[in-house]
Amino acid sequence: MSFLQVQNIHHTYFTKASATTALSNISLTVEKGEFVSLLGPSGCGKTTMLSIISSLLEPTEGTVLLEGQPVSSSKNKIGYMLQQDYLFPWKTIEENILLGLKLSKQLNQKTKTHALDLLKQMGLNNGVEKQLPKQLSGGMRQRVALVRTLATEPKLLMLDEPFSALDYQTKLKLEDLLSDTIKAFGKTAILVTHDIGEAIAMSDRIFLLTSRPGTIYKTFEIPDSLRRLSPFDARNHEAYPAVFQMIWKELESFEQQNE
Amino acid sequence: MNNKMNKVELLHKNYIHSLKVNKRWVRLYQLIILLLIFFSWEISSRMKWIDPLIFSSPSKVWNLLVAKIQDGSLAANLGVTLTETVAGFLIATVLGVIIAAVLWWSPLLSKILDPYLVIFNAMPKVALGPVIIVAMGPGYTSIIANGVIICVIITAIVVYTSFKEVDPNYIKVLQAFGATRYQCFKEAILPASFPTIISTLKVNVGLSWVGVIVGEFLVSTKGLGYMIIYGFQVFNFTLVFLSLLVIAVLATIMYQLVDLLEKKLIKE
Repeated sequence: MSFLQVQNIHHTYFTKASATTALSNISLTVEKGEFVSLLGPSGCGKTTMLSIISSLLEPTEGTVLLEGQPVSSSKNKIGYMLQQDYLFPWKTIEENILLGLKLSKQLNQKTKTHALDLLKQMGLNNGVEKQLPKQLSGGMRQRVALVRTLATEPKLLMLDEPFSALDYQTKLKLEDLLSDTIKAFGKTAILVTHDIGEAIAMSDRIFLLTSRPGTIYKTFEIPDSLRRLSPFDARNHEAYPAVFQMIWKELESFEQQNE
Repeated sequence: MNNKMNKVELLHKNYIHSLKVNKRWVRLYQLIILLLIFFSWEISSRMKWIDPLIFSSPSKVWNLLVAKIQDGSLAANLGVTLTETVAGFLIATVLGVIIAAVLWWSPLLSKILDPYLVIFNAMPKVALGPVIIVAMGPGYTSIIANGVIICVIITAIVVYTSFKEVDPNYIKVLQAFGATRYQCFKEAILPASFPTIISTLKVNVGLSWVGVIVGEFLVSTKGLGYMIIYGFQVFNFTLVFLSLLVIAVLATIMYQLVDLLEKKLIKE
């Protein structure tokens, strides 16, 4: 049985004026330790999908099972990272990274030390933990947000365009760091992005989504030669352009179908 | 290189100096305006350009101030009014925030109560003064209630609006950690709204003075509002002006204290 099973998800948003179907008939499975990406244009319901998987949103139809259990009953097994860091500006870095542990009442000396160690592993030391988020750069803050997500030791990581608010150089560096960290801890991750290159560089598998309503148009397996490499090296590998072209063409073709 | 550094330092010093000079000029003009007001008030009163019986004069007000301080009656009246105002102001703010929290907690309740809040906010609350006094009896309680009622609704509305405007992504972060609604309120909604709460405190300083003074007009036998109404009845306008000046000074001090609190609390 797969680690994560998403079965026949439909989701419709209701407003007074309209009923908009955001997702239609989405089924997918993710194995333990796998890194998958949901790739698609804006408005294809990627974020809705993540919210449903992490049980922040109840789907109109369908079920999501994590290790065979409905996700609504598996609290704290899923970590969620947003487009911006969303560190609480009035809390110190330490208070920010311990927030998840505090909320789920797991805060003790051991988990606290673990969280602070993670912060060091991300290259954030020299008293950063006593500082306020505004004293840190964008890249540092996103690393803190990653530590905050990892501190509760989630089994599944949801990454909602976590690099989109950063400059290109910082983004490339963080991609490598995130990829290393996820591999080192053996976590399973789902990345949402509209950046084809990022999806190829980071994932094992890519689900290409169409928009309005979001459906899975195609699934791509990333070749082993790219998977083994760090995201930065994958971008420079000779196999990379071919995969890019292939996905690009598929995106073009369904856009033409829509027109 | 060294030369260049010195030049920058010098320019910076000059800049700081010019800021100081500028500030001194502003203070000087402010002082001149103040002196001019009191001086022309005194002169026109003495020369009978204005009726000294109605408009009194700074020297008369000053003499009365000294006399009232000496016989202790100013301190007694001032103490009463100040206590009522501070109590009204604090109760209104706390109550307003609690109402805002309840409205945030229950979206249904906030929808139901919406028209009542609008009506209550739009109506001139001082008009309720007589009702409050009859209901709660003449005394401190009804005067404090008068101060409370004037600020509480606007506090609730402003704070509730700020609760609703907190970035929903902060809530998403908390919910992803499995936070309850109470935890969301405590960790995100309330701290994110502190700046708004402090700024309503500033508005409430002025409003609670209005409520308390009007309350004292209506009922009391003590306090600065009473001094004004008494001065009016016996045609002692020196007493009225003295009370007005004391109120102006106290309200300003209270405002400055809140300002100080704001600077202490909101470091970001």
